[in-house]
Amino acid sequence: MSFFSHQTLETKLPLLIILMAVVVSIGGLVLNIPIFFQDSTTKPVAGLKPYTALQLEGRDIYIREGCHGCHTQMVRPFRSENERYGHYSVAGEFVYDHPFQWGSRRTGPDLARLGERYSDEWHRVHLRNPRDVVPDSNMPNYLWLATTPADAGTIVKRMGALKILGIPYTDAEINAAPTELEGKTEEDALVAYMQYLGMTLKRTIR
Amino acid sequence: MMSDFTSGFWSIYIIAFTVLGFAFCVFLLLAMNRKISKEEQQETTKHVWDGDLAEYNNPLPGWWRIMFWGLLAFSAIYLIYYPGLGSFEGVGKWSSVGQFEEEMAQLEAQTKPLYDRYSVMSVQQVAQDSVAMGMAERLFLNNCAQCHGSDARGAIGFPNLRSGAWNWGGTPEAIQESIAGGRTGVMTPFAEVLGDAGADQVTAFVRALSGLDHDAGAAAAGRPLFEENCVSCHGENGAGSQAVGAPDLTDDIWVYSSSDRAIRESIVYGRNMEMTGGTQAMPAHKDLLSPGKIHLLTAYVWGLTN
Repeated sequence: MSFFSHQTLETKLPLLIILMAVVVSIGGLVLNIPIFFQDSTTKPVAGLKPYTALQLEGRDIYIREGCHGCHTQMVRPFRSENERYGHYSVAGEFVYDHPFQWGSRRTGPDLARLGERYSDEWHRVHLRNPRDVVPDSNMPNYLWLATTPADAGTIVKRMGALKILGIPYTDAEINAAPTELEGKTEEDALVAYMQYLGMTLKRTIR
Repeated sequence: MMSDFTSGFWSIYIIAFTVLGFAFCVFLLLAMNRKISKEEQQETTKHVWDGDLAEYNNPLPGWWRIMFWGLLAFSAIYLIYYPGLGSFEGVGKWSSVGQFEEEMAQLEAQTKPLYDRYSVMSVQQVAQDSVAMGMAERLFLNNCAQCHGSDARGAIGFPNLRSGAWNWGGTPEAIQESIAGGRTGVMTPFAEVLGDAGADQVTAFVRALSGLDHDAGAAAAGRPLFEENCVSCHGENGAGSQAVGAPDLTDDIWVYSSSDRAIRESIVYGRNMEMTGGTQAMPAHKDLLSPGKIHLLTAYVWGLTN
């Protein structure tokens, strides 16, 4: 037998490797690459703004504390989720997220539409001791956020890195960032981030 | 949405890969579809190890090939019925958003008559209706309990709805406005105006207003300070004002607890001073809940004390 015989494939190792790579990559070629050429996944939804320095700091704290381990940021188009969280998430909302925080596990509730759902005060109480407002919550206390100053030292570099990735920050915004974080705690930053979650689409729908 | 590619090429690209992959699987199955006679069983892969070790090259088992054909048939039907081939939306016209909207329309059809029935009734009547209150309780647990508690008795910083004290008014109209539009009562900080001693004195006076134990001397010194700084919102006798949401200081109901420390903290640092963006202390719910649901919740909250 010719090309597809065991002898051809199993005795010529480079050929076997190349053919395996071709077979394995087809799924990615078909499923992943076209997504980079779709308007709905590459264009921001109307009104979407890059995170402010304070919100970005909050987002980095969100990632540092591993909030994505228990909270998703992705409302699926189901009736039950719409009733509980609000409008389902769309890809254009996450265009400025590097990396996105969709998550995959809901030990806690989804946070994609959290913005302006509760007061700042509620978030502070809840971050320090969630059981003060939700008696059966199993979320840990994040007490130190209230006493740790926001990291103004590296914010310029972090925003610069995002700018390289295509986030439309202006130089003026980046230069003003350390001033914006001055005197703010990590808790302030995290609350600012959470109050912004999902608001762009919420405002459009209103 | 699969149909918003930046160019038509991508649709063709996906279709080509998928159809060629499908055809390749068919070809492989046909190519391997050979039968062997009993005598012929000695055919090997022609790959010999260690001088005499060889492997039989028997065809794929029949049950396995049948399953593979079945799988191919399934994927063919799937790709015709559901969206999968580039921008082709499928014969079934299925989409996740379409399914969602169908689900929502079904819900609307089921619940609209219910909400319609209650929306023509007054808040007082709805509060008497046990079915309506069952619905409202669930709405309350889903949307209100995070701050006001599952028993509606609130928490430190979040008003107790069973206390009978209403910072913004306890009429059905006022409650409905609080739920739909939200409320933001701001207590400004008085640290600079009063100083340390002044804060102690006003604290003592406020405790005196409510009949709590206090230092009489400090309270007397606090009276002029209170009259100078606090009456514009809390009223001349400290009974509060529902127009600005200033709490009644003469009753025994305290959102932030009645301790010396909590009262002093409210005076020195203020309350609700920091609000991010458009956030309110009590968020507006008119975009989250339909008018029918807000009507039920109004009746539920009103009914807690009436």
